[in-house]
Amino acid sequence: MELSRELSPAPCARSDRFLIKMASHGAALSVSKMISPFWGGRLGNTMKVFGTTLTSHRNKSLHTGENIPPPAKYGGRHTVTLIPGDGIGPELLNHVREVFRFSCVPVDFEVVHVNSDVQTEEDINNAITAIRRNGVALKGNIETKHTMPPSVKSRNNLLRTSLDLYANVMHCQSLPGVQTRHKNIDIMIIRENTEGEYSSLEHESVSGVVESLKIITRNNSLRIADYAFRLAREKGRRRVTAVHKANIMKLGDGLFLQCCREVASGYPDITFDSMIVDNTTMQLVSKPQQFDVMVMPNLYGNVVSNVCAGLVGGPGLVPGANYGRDYAVFETATRNTGKSIAGRNIANPTAMLLASCMMLDHLQLYDHASSIRNAVLTTMNETRLHTADIGGQGTTSEVVQSVMRVIQSKGQLTSEL
Amino acid sequence: PAGASRSTPSNTPTSCGCHGCMVQDPTQFDVLVMPNLYGDILSDLCAGLIGGLGVTPSGNIGANGVAIFESVHGTAPDIAGLDMANPTALLLSAVMMLRHMGLHDHGNKIQTACFDTIRDKKVLTKDLGGNSKCSEFTAEICRRIQDLD
Repeated sequence: MELSRELSPAPCARSDRFLIKMASHGAALSVSKMISPFWGGRLGNTMKVFGTTLTSHRNKSLHTGENIPPPAKYGGRHTVTLIPGDGIGPELLNHVREVFRFSCVPVDFEVVHVNSDVQTEEDINNAITAIRRNGVALKGNIETKHTMPPSVKSRNNLLRTSLDLYANVMHCQSLPGVQTRHKNIDIMIIRENTEGEYSSLEHESVSGVVESLKIITRNNSLRIADYAFRLAREKGRRRVTAVHKANIMKLGDGLFLQCCREVASGYPDITFDSMIVDNTTMQLVSKPQQFDVMVMPNLYGNVVSNVCAGLVGGPGLVPGANYGRDYAVFETATRNTGKSIAGRNIANPTAMLLASCMMLDHLQLYDHASSIRNAVLTTMNETRLHTADIGGQGTTSEVVQSVMRVIQSKGQLTSEL
Repeated sequence: PAGASRSTPSNTPTSCGCHGCMVQDPTQFDVLVMPNLYGDILSDLCAGLIGGLGVTPSGNIGANGVAIFESVHGTAPDIAGLDMANPTALLLSAVMMLRHMGLHDHGNKIQTACFDTIRDKKVLTKDLGGNSKCSEFTAEICRRIQDLD
């Protein structure tokens, strides 16, 4: 859809888009329809003076507060970086593309391959540049081969730290169609994503004695705690629990805990408590319903995420998101490569499909997000077409076909099945 | 761990991070060895899977056979001295100690009696869902040991 000649788009501050001068009422209405996907329902149907609305919108952004959705490129379509990764990543992302094509989602993928077999960082740097350009990415996990020398850093980690994707968010919810020991789980896990035990700072001053540095900074701890409380408030959650081991790591985790407490004092409507990580895992496997929102440093986040994913049915079900101030990257929550099941058409596409829906929400393509999400959940809970990891016998493609059939049956515009 | 994929038995079509697997199918694990922090976390996680710290024994082994066996639950000051506590954790830790000392017969006998008492569900302390006293639970175990002889 092209801009009418009467309108002259001019770039405005930062990453926002067009300040448009209306020439006529007719043109104004069509412009409103074009840019309403950007701002959701914020502008409504009435035309306002764009200048003031745009600048005030910046402070009202949802989710990450400061995170501004990337601009749709020319013609109302978004460009998103796609990193296939290793193992089951490529096939699952192909299915995402299939579903997007079928549902006529206005997203174009810029595919960037990252080869985990080479030691140079050229590939991952290309990927990072692409994400800086597009603002949003959807990725499979890039394998970190243990046979590589220690100087070769984890590519996934490099991506997270270079783009400063400081918040890893995972929403674990029990699905009615999946058999699990515990039910009624609804936990949001916010994991600090850039420092902690993943700082990749290790040295062996004396042969056979290795020292690893766990980095906890006041800045990043305050930042992640603030993110957690803002998210809790935005989602109407009542309680935030900080997970730590401050009794042993008095300075490191002690600092983290102190920062959480400081931020908590600014949110009197939300209950704040803390729990030591070992007790947390014990509570998770015996009474997970007690948890609401949890915030924690990097390694404990890894542990707790995996435990919670196991509780709701496994790594094939839960999507994950990595948010920074300027960028967002979506993937499966437990970041597995799934090497042993790759290429066999048995992987569960749910996690990746739901991750792509989170991405669509981030791009404010809410209708498409809901449509695909509902179709996935209908297939999971009503049709009960399950892959092997959750006890079924369906193949990946059967599940994806079912998802597309559900989308089509809801009367949306789709291409041929 | 992020990025790692375990090699799984051929009949299990999943590959997952350790903690998720532990939660979904802990029976696949036998002996696990690990550094300190992971052990701290995983031991509590597994204790949660089997019924909690009230029934979990542990031991700390050093060089030259020096060892300390202990229960890892708290001191529970609210029920101290009221004949209400569950002695299972400490008792099974004592069984570990007997085995460490080579007294396997005694150890096995006590463990069997303890497990049978719990399995029977007739005499259980409050934390296990019953309303017997600690001394009654202990007496029941002693009775079974006598019967085993």
